[in-house]
Formats: sequence, structure tokens, C-alpha cells
Amino acid sequence: MIRFEQVYKQLAGRTVLDGVDLEIQPGETFFIVGTSGAGKSVTLKHMVRLLTPDSGRVWIGDDCVSEARGRVLEKIRSRFGVLFQGAALLNWISAGENVGLPLLERTNKPVFEIEKLAREKLALVGLESAFDKMPAELSGGMRKRVGLARAIITAPEIILYDEPTSGLDPVTSRAIDQLIDSLRRELGVTSVVVTHDLHSALAIATRIAMLDAGRIVALGTPEEFIQSSNEKVQQFLEAQFITKRGAWEKAVAL
Amino acid sequence: MEKRGRWCRVPRGYFGSRTILTREPEFLEPPVNAWARIGRALLLGLRDIGRALRMLGEATSNTVFVFSRQNRYEVVHQMFLGGIKSLGVITIVALFTGMILALQTGLELRRFGQEVNIGTAVTVVLLREMGPFMTGLIIAASFGSAIAAQMGTMVVAEEIAALEIMSINPVRFLVMPRLVALALIMPFLTIYTNAIGILGGAIVGYTQLGVTFTAYFENCTRFAETKDLFVGLFKAFIFGVIIVTVACHQGFGASEGAVGVGRATRRTVIISFLTILTMGYFITRVFYK
Repeated sequence: MIRFEQVYKQLAGRTVLDGVDLEIQPGETFFIVGTSGAGKSVTLKHMVRLLTPDSGRVWIGDDCVSEARGRVLEKIRSRFGVLFQGAALLNWISAGENVGLPLLERTNKPVFEIEKLAREKLALVGLESAFDKMPAELSGGMRKRVGLARAIITAPEIILYDEPTSGLDPVTSRAIDQLIDSLRRELGVTSVVVTHDLHSALAIATRIAMLDAGRIVALGTPEEFIQSSNEKVQQFLEAQFITKRGAWEKAVAL
Repeated sequence: MEKRGRWCRVPRGYFGSRTILTREPEFLEPPVNAWARIGRALLLGLRDIGRALRMLGEATSNTVFVFSRQNRYEVVHQMFLGGIKSLGVITIVALFTGMILALQTGLELRRFGQEVNIGTAVTVVLLREMGPFMTGLIIAASFGSAIAAQMGTMVVAEEIAALEIMSINPVRFLVMPRLVALALIMPFLTIYTNAIGILGGAIVGYTQLGVTFTAYFENCTRFAETKDLFVGLFKAFIFGVIIVTVACHQGFGASEGAVGVGRATRRTVIISFLTILTMGYFITRVFYK
């Protein structure tokens, strides 16, 4: 469904993606992990063409998003929901209006129906009472959950999550993990998650890729990932106190 | 596969059937000499003018959606922000400008016993030039800078990117309502500026130059032509378009966080001032030969 073919990207004269080859299947919950500056968010941005490869191609199904323009690009993007790192809510409208915005702008649904759907999605992320609150009145974690509600309101095929649990408390983080997992199980949504949080990745990922200096250094199921002999993977696991198989299973069991 | 990253890459994706506003970061090598610096400044300036005009074209073509449920309230809201909220400062500036104009011209005219004609001088100057010009400067400094700061902050916070991914055209969603609002409200603000300025002149004429209100207002209408009013209002309309175009273009080009937003705001005010000044001259030149 999502395919990277030898994608190279330089930013500020620094190679950020160095020949990335990647294939994500429909219905997967695919995690991309790595240290800061490894190219995780850049990879994500290539999927919706917020960035264009210097060379190589990115395919979404049969469409080459890296070469798409105009209405074709719009059509490809309409298959996505994106949760940005800072939620990217519009500050002059309420949380409920933010959630309903994609439907208000892209469909002819009546306003009362959009409001009903927005309330449903907010309830799904545990924020039914925040409908009339302005983004400035919400905490970072609440804003992120509103961003998630907005990302799922159009029932997209693919949802991209940029650091969905960063800055959240562990309880809320696990609730977000559960929501991502339930979207896959119940609706067959394909999720691509960029995170530092290996606990989340090991708990709900179908596969995990580790990026280091713009290259994929490890790719596999959580089982394969944790048993990887790659030095970078081991360092990353150890940094999050995940050193032995079994320990993480207990720690992150949903 | 060959790597093609280059320092001098021109950001792609800006031009398309729909303007893509989320631009990739741009990195240019330092120019090798003064000529290269001048050449680059010219080329980048021309490119920016082209981008701004393209955005203006797209916003104009999107005015067909002005009465859609998404936009109609936004236009009214922007008219309120740009117009009604600026009335306080416009009142003070217009009143004192009219008073200064009346005083300066009146003191000179009094030497020839012609102080009764200050009404004409104040009215013609305000209608033709000072009314739209002052309104333009005030709105550029207040509303234009606010638009640039808002757009810049939205770029930095990835809100513009979020809109694009939601397939919401930021030009239709953000630029068009502001363009329509300011293009419509600017002529009305200019009429208000003219009225307050003329009133200021009347106050000075009565209190300092001994010109009665009746004589003053008779002179106002005796020599000023309808053409003066309409050329001034046309200028105001053009200035409104300039302010929104410059502000949105600069805001969308903001990068590097708060510093970039500050730079966009400063540039908006400077570029708007200069463009209003030069366009004001050319419009005058076209209509008064």
C-alpha cells in the first residue's frame, strides 16, 4: 500500500534519507523508531508529500505521491488522516469545530450531523466535554487527542501519527495505543506511527523499522526487533530499559 | 541510485493547479561576490512577486466561494477585525491630519487673505491622496501585520500543512476571505477617514483661523470633484488588495520559528508601505494628466 523506492533526501546539506526502501501493507500498524534526527518525521512527511524526494519515489497504492500534483495529490491526501506532533489545531475555533472541520470543508453533510460525528470522535478519545473549549484552554495531551479525533473523523484508510504519545502521561499514552490498535482491529485502518516510545511500538506494532542516519537498520515484527543483534537497536532497547524478552511483555501488556 | 540533493535547490511544489503553500526549507550558498549578491536579490525578488501574484490570482478565482457556508461568516468577521476594530486609530490619525493640513495651509493662505479656502485644500488633498494613503498605512501596520503574524505562526505550527493534508485549500480558506473583506472595507474606511479629516479641518478653521463652518463646508464642495472621491476609493480598494497579498505571502513564507514570524511581520509593513506609496503615484498618474 505504501512503498518507498530508494528515497534520498537532503535538508540543509545533510542527508536525512539515504536510500530508504520500505513497504507497508494494508491493515498494518507500522512503527518507525529511531533517535532524534534519524529521519522519522521526514519519512512520514514524504507519504503525504509535505516533502518531495531528491530522488526515488513514494507510492500510495498505485499512485506515485512524490510526483502527484493538483487534484491527484488532493485525492491521494484524502485517503490520509494525520496526527501532527503539536496537534496543529486551529486556535480560533473550538475543539469540536476543529474535529468537524474536514467534514465541513470537504463534504455537504449538514452541520448538525457533523457536530454529532465530532462529538462521537471526541468521546472516542475521552474528551466529550471538551467540544466547546478553545485549543488554548486544553493541555498538550488533550490537544493531541483532539488532533487524533480530527484525523479519524473522515474514516481515512491510512493514519499517520507523528509522536502520538510524546509529552503524555503513561496512562493516556496507553489509552492512545489502545485506540490505534482498535482502529486496526475493528476498521482495518493502516497506521504509520513515528515514535521514540518503544513500549508502545512493542505492544501494538505489526512491524517496527528502525531508522539511523537516514537508513533502515532494522525491520521486523516486535519479536524479531527485540531479538535483533544490531548494535543501534540494542542501544535503543537498553536506553528504554528493555533488555530481556519477557520483561517488556509484562510492562506493556494492554 | 544517484543522489541529487543540492544546496541551491529551488523549493518545489509551490506552483501547481492549486498553490501548495507548504514549502520545503531553502538553502543557498553564500554569493561569491557583490554582483552575485545583487543578481540573486533581483531573481528572488522577482520570484516572490510572481508567487504573490499567483496566490492573488488563485484567491481571486476562489471568490466564487465567498457565500459558501465555510466562508461567509469569515468574511464578515475579517471585515469586523480589519475595519471596525481599526476605527479608533483611524479617527485619531484622520482628525489630526485634517487639523494639521488646515493649520499649515490656512496660515499660508491667511497671508493673502484667502484662509476661507482651506476647506478646498483639505478636501481635495484628502479625497485624492491623503485619505486612502493614510488608511492604507494604518491598515497595513495594524491588520496587515496581524495577518502576517497569524499566517506565519500557522506555518510554524504546521497548521497550514494540516489544512493541505485535509485537502482544505489554504488560499480559499484563509486568503480569500481576508482579501474580499479588506477590498470591500477599505473604501468605506477611506470615506470615514476623509469625513473625519475634513471635520478636523473645520474645527481648526473655526477655532484658529476664524473660518465659519458654513463657509468652510461651502468651499469643501465647491471645488472637489466626484472624480476625486472615486479615484481615492479606487486607490483604497487597490491598497486593500496589496495589504492582504503582501501579508499572506510573507506569512506563508515564514520559517525558523518566532524569528521568522517577526521577520515576516516586519517585511509586510515595509513592503506594504512602499507598494502603497508607489502604486498611489501610478494610479494618480493614470487619472490626472
